[in-house]
Amino acid sequence: MNDDALANPAGPPDHFRWFFRGMVASVSVPGLILISAFVGFAGLAREAGVSVAQAVFMTGLVWALPAKVVLIGAIMAGSSLPAAALAVALSSVRLTPMVVALMPELRSDRGRPLTLYLLSHFVAVTSWVIAMEKVRDVPREMRTSWYSGLGGSLVVANMLVVALVYAIAGSLPPILSAALLLLTPIYFLTSLWGSAREAASHYAMIFGMILGPLFHLITPGFDLMAAGSIGGGAAYLLHRSRKGQSTE
Amino acid sequence: MTFTAFDSWWWPYLFVLAAGTLATDIWRFLGVYLGGRIRDDSELLVLIRALATALVAAVIGNLIVFPTGALADAPLLLRIVSVLLGFIAYLKFGKLVLVGIVVAEAVLIGGLSLIDLNV
Repeated sequence: MNDDALANPAGPPDHFRWFFRGMVASVSVPGLILISAFVGFAGLAREAGVSVAQAVFMTGLVWALPAKVVLIGAIMAGSSLPAAALAVALSSVRLTPMVVALMPELRSDRGRPLTLYLLSHFVAVTSWVIAMEKVRDVPREMRTSWYSGLGGSLVVANMLVVALVYAIAGSLPPILSAALLLLTPIYFLTSLWGSAREAASHYAMIFGMILGPLFHLITPGFDLMAAGSIGGGAAYLLHRSRKGQSTE
Repeated sequence: MTFTAFDSWWWPYLFVLAAGTLATDIWRFLGVYLGGRIRDDSELLVLIRALATALVAAVIGNLIVFPTGALADAPLLLRIVSVLLGFIAYLKFGKLVLVGIVVAEAVLIGGLSLIDLNV
């Protein structure tokens, strides 16, 4: 339709400048906390028997940390491919509303849909939180370049972190090894609690944390799905009933 | 069809692509496709978020109660108390994730050091 998208009057140097500013935006408190979470992930992957190349591959190609932790959990439980895919898919539905909220900000008249599909791979909690906060200060035509810089540098930095920590994790003293493995649960407990929109998600966290280990004993291999559906369903119903009789 | 089912080098990568990449990107692509067509506070999304949250919480619970490696050598009570105190500190001090992490780790490391001294 508009071939002049290639001959953008703003020119590549401008796009490059905003790409660079996106990279700078990734250096932030949420960015540093994310790195600590990937430090924990590297330790977890090693314990699960995943190789360093596989762990780095996972970091780049799955990206969302909850999805990767569920994937590692499924690998450790010896789940089959369909069961693992189902558990990961169920844990990642939350990405859809996040992308839905971000897309109107990134869209511009000149932008191609393909660019948005490719950029959506960078969407996970941290890049999304930073983008939702700062994207309004970026000129609309430059926003995809800016988000490429932000998302791309977070992904690449954490791939390096995973490779590095994986390499040294084996030589840590036992106490530090234990501390490394505690990072993932405490990170998720606090960050998920903070990002919850409504009480239903808080109930879901409490139910899930209790039901997970319980179903691990009763139905190993199917524990995540059982705890997720029963805990989540109960949390939703409790949320509905406590909201009163507002049956819109 | 588990992660370790086949000896070929490419099988784990295919496993990650299918059970990891495809299972997450499908939701991202759906989000791009839906664009502004879906409301963020619709009842369906509240239910979906609750299911997804409970599933991730189940993983957290399992990582605390049935951990692997060196963490498995720490007593269950110490693991639970560490996470609990970290979480309480997180709630009390401005909901900063970093505070939760530091307190939980300090309790765990302190506890493990005391156990080490006593045996």
